[in-house]
Amino acid sequence: MGTTESSLVDTVRARPGLLLVAVLGGLLLVDLLAKLAGVSVGPIGGALSVDRFRSNLWSGLVIGLVIGLAGIGLSLTYSILSFANFSHGDLVSTGAFTGWGVAFLIAGFGDVPVRTLLSVRDAGSASPGDIGAHILTTPGAILVGLVAAFVVTAAVALALDRAFYKPMRDRDGISILIASIGAALIVRYLLQFVYGSDRRGITASVDASNLVFGPLGISIDAHELTIVVAALGLMLAMHFMLQRTKLGTAMRAMADNKDLALITGIPAERVVTATWIIGGGLAGASGYLYVLLRGTIQFDFGWLLLLLIFAAVILGGIGSVYGAIAGGLVIGVVFTTSTIWIPSDFNQAAAFAVMILMLLLRPEGLFGGVSTA
Amino acid sequence: MSDSDSRPAAAPDSALGALTDAARRSDLGLVLGTLAVIYAAATLLTATSGLNSVVGLLETLTFLGLVYALSALALNLQWGYTGLFNIGVAGFMAVGVYTMGMVVRSPDPAFGPPGLGLPLPVGILAGTGMAALIGAVAALPALRLKADYLAIVTLGLSEIIRLTLQSSAFDTFLRETIGVGTGGGRGMGMPDNPVRELFLVDGQAGTPTPFGDLVFGIFGDGGLGIAHPILIGWGYIGVLAVVLVGYYLLLERLGRSPFGRVLKAIREDEVVADSLGKNVNLVKIKVFVIGCALMGLAGILWFGSQGNVSPTPQFMPLLTFYVFIAVIIGGSGSNAGSVIGGLVFAAALFEGPRRVGGTVRGLIDAQTPPSFADALVSLDPVTLLAYATENIAPLQFVFLGLVLVFIIHRRPDGVLGDRIETAAAVDLSERPNGGEADE
Amino acid sequence: MSSDSNGPSDVADADVAEVADASEIADAASGGETADAETQDSPVEEAAKHTPTDVPLRVEGLVKQFGGVTAVDGATFEVERGSLTGLIGPNGAGKSTTFNCITGVHEPTAGTIHFEGEEITGLEPYQIARKGLVRTFQIARELEEMTVLENLMLAPKGQVGESAIRAVTPGLRGEVVEQEEALRERAWETLDFFEIDHLATEHAGNLSGGQRKLLEMARALMTDPEMVLLDEPLAGVNPTLEEKLLDRIHDLRADGYTFLLVEHDMDVIMENCERVIVMHQGSVLAEGTGDEIRNDERVIEAYLGEDI
Repeated sequence: MGTTESSLVDTVRARPGLLLVAVLGGLLLVDLLAKLAGVSVGPIGGALSVDRFRSNLWSGLVIGLVIGLAGIGLSLTYSILSFANFSHGDLVSTGAFTGWGVAFLIAGFGDVPVRTLLSVRDAGSASPGDIGAHILTTPGAILVGLVAAFVVTAAVALALDRAFYKPMRDRDGISILIASIGAALIVRYLLQFVYGSDRRGITASVDASNLVFGPLGISIDAHELTIVVAALGLMLAMHFMLQRTKLGTAMRAMADNKDLALITGIPAERVVTATWIIGGGLAGASGYLYVLLRGTIQFDFGWLLLLLIFAAVILGGIGSVYGAIAGGLVIGVVFTTSTIWIPSDFNQAAAFAVMILMLLLRPEGLFGGVSTA
Repeated sequence: MSDSDSRPAAAPDSALGALTDAARRSDLGLVLGTLAVIYAAATLLTATSGLNSVVGLLETLTFLGLVYALSALALNLQWGYTGLFNIGVAGFMAVGVYTMGMVVRSPDPAFGPPGLGLPLPVGILAGTGMAALIGAVAALPALRLKADYLAIVTLGLSEIIRLTLQSSAFDTFLRETIGVGTGGGRGMGMPDNPVRELFLVDGQAGTPTPFGDLVFGIFGDGGLGIAHPILIGWGYIGVLAVVLVGYYLLLERLGRSPFGRVLKAIREDEVVADSLGKNVNLVKIKVFVIGCALMGLAGILWFGSQGNVSPTPQFMPLLTFYVFIAVIIGGSGSNAGSVIGGLVFAAALFEGPRRVGGTVRGLIDAQTPPSFADALVSLDPVTLLAYATENIAPLQFVFLGLVLVFIIHRRPDGVLGDRIETAAAVDLSERPNGGEADE
Repeated sequence: MSSDSNGPSDVADADVAEVADASEIADAASGGETADAETQDSPVEEAAKHTPTDVPLRVEGLVKQFGGVTAVDGATFEVERGSLTGLIGPNGAGKSTTFNCITGVHEPTAGTIHFEGEEITGLEPYQIARKGLVRTFQIARELEEMTVLENLMLAPKGQVGESAIRAVTPGLRGEVVEQEEALRERAWETLDFFEIDHLATEHAGNLSGGQRKLLEMARALMTDPEMVLLDEPLAGVNPTLEEKLLDRIHDLRADGYTFLLVEHDMDVIMENCERVIVMHQGSVLAEGTGDEIRNDERVIEAYLGEDI
């Protein structure tokens, strides 16, 4: 098999595939430019308005940020606990439901029964308009909801760890992976049991929901802007935590080389606890933000997002926090711009295909995978 | 195996035959015993509703048990024997049944998605072959990956397959190029089941064949009064049982051979197998292809008999996890375990909870609250129970998750315990001919 | 062929003779061709052709780099047929990397490896094993969930039952079972030879460290190798078993097997190997008999302070 560490040999071996991908990517780029310019030569080119492309790109970046935010946690648990956590997507859903329950409670308190609010309208007939959750009308509720999503999901993630994963610390990655599939089922269907199975609208519509930045001539949806600000804020906080604090250093050491870190006396269990709190919290926050973006919620949306999150993490290189963010952006953009070339019901398949290609051609990720955190 | 204390007094061949017979009988006994327990429980549950319900429930449980056993056996070859963590089972099943449908369906678009109009056996072969082919294409590059990467790749592949079958653009594309369709999100109707035609002329209710007359006369309207669809269902179960025996024998022979020995070695330590001159990658590809073909055939026999297939929700990743749980229950690596796992999963985890929930709900005299929150604020345990039994489906999945975690924690070798099978075509439990014993 | 017999028989004999003649002619023709080809070779090439019979393994200018680190730097050595050759060197001398290059685990950066006159550089491990060059592992790698017998029966080459089709097809399985019976007998005999036949039905995971080493040797022998590479076969083995193991190695060598032994323990090498190769900093420092090595200035310097 030649498990050689020589990257030269590896590159040579992988070259046919990489070459193919590079050629294909080049073709797509040429085609895109031709489309934007309105030139059409044979199968290449066509018509694509710059506006449509810009809006595709922008929504790709917004979705990408949310996916990247969720990816941070997955990447951390993957590298520090050495298993692919299949329950991560359901942590995303957990954050969305609990966070929005709290946001509703604040936004609609008094007018609508508490149980309707806390169960995110499953227990009542109130409409999103009745509750009126929107960043422009109830900014406080939206922000407190975000914090609640983080806190509750972190607690749930920690509880899952104590109940399911802690007893299996010394087991192989595949066994823990299987346990995480069990945990995923438990969390997802408890959500369905408590919150119901119907897809429902969440955010209220506000007449002037776009913020216009006059001099720049740009108009941005207020919720999208909220997501970008919140996601970037959380990512920055994450960055400072990893770089400036003792805990962050310990986490990076654990992710880089577990055995070495244990020998040098890093308190493993404390790092693991911190990993679940941060990873789970960020997953919850990303789920909450995803609902803010989409405006609807359903009990299994996080599970359906999981493969995209995996795609982001793999793209960025497992174990790398910044890689997860970059991978999320790439996946988000692939997701929204692929519709330029392929039917829209294939955009998710396209993102998965990118992920599979990545695993086959460059399993260490776009950025080499060595750089942890 | 090593604790048999009878020295081979007779000719080794007959001793060997007797030993393997005993082993076989105990496995068969376990399977039949499991089935008996399931039947007894199901009978108790529906006894008050009459013979028709009892036989109907037994039919459902047996059908599900058999199709899960088939799928579990196929997965066990890949995961249990060889350690290939393929969680794309649903995708390979979908490929099998969809290919079969597209090959066999009438070319006339008036009846929905057009097909090639070829005979059913051709369709079954094509479906199995296509699943094998997709398996081979996936295997060539993917088997170089670590186990958890392979898991993600196969899951991604099965979702790509599902989304492709779901896509109306793909449907249109196929219709325009090769003149067959998938039906997109609405799916497609499946060809008539030949077993039905064994009982009914042209499959039409009310026109039984002579064989149908005979069976209906004894068990149906003319005799015990069991509904005819249920009887036809039992006929199909006969077919499934024969196929299951075929799968079992095939996989047992594969496992108990030098080929099976190489698989076991690969599962334990690829480097060792490699260093002893075994072409690990080639063997993995073979196993992947054989397993995927068996999954494709299982998909055809399962979903092909259900009247209609559609990509969602039938081929969601959840289906894969069901099959995994069946394998884990029986203990990965054991064929008999996979069969038992399939039966137990279908009865105790898949169909059982719904039936029990429904029965309990029938006993409760209370309104079902519209939501969990409403049930909770009522502060009435009976109301809560009414809500829980009415919404048994999500609780069933929670239970499934708990079982999965429990098994992985406490019984990683499966509920039946350690069932490592001998990987040789001959008996290894003791020395033949009592060679020079120099102990 | 008698000529004094009756007619019919004569005819028959003549027929046979004719056939025999024809085949003889064919033989002569092909033999002649070979002879012609041989005569065209120069004496040097002639000699080269014969080398394989004396030197099954030849490593020339072997280089292996990992990223920027050079683990093996131009190692050149030969192993003679029927010898027990030792490969020693201080930690980091490149012994293990050399070993892994020979067995195909690593692909050499430069240099060639010949086995039985055939270049094997860069082949996959299984291809090298099939040519008759088999290895053991420093930390014994048993297939723990397989029994000792299964471990042994896994190893042999050319098992017809390794074909999935033969393993399941009713008409063809008879041959598989026959071969399995023969293999089982051979496995038992091999166990007898290593005196671990009482462990035959144990799972390999239940064996002690020394027993594992014996099993690993036995398993390697089951592949019918021309040559065995032993990676620290005595590490973690108690003295009784150590002696047994060495006895077996000497027995096997007397039967014509060739061994290359990588060992940490200098005494073991010096007492058992008639040829010793010393590696230092990635290349071969010295080669010779135990005595020659013991008195070699460079070796003494490399092992500074260590008693050789």
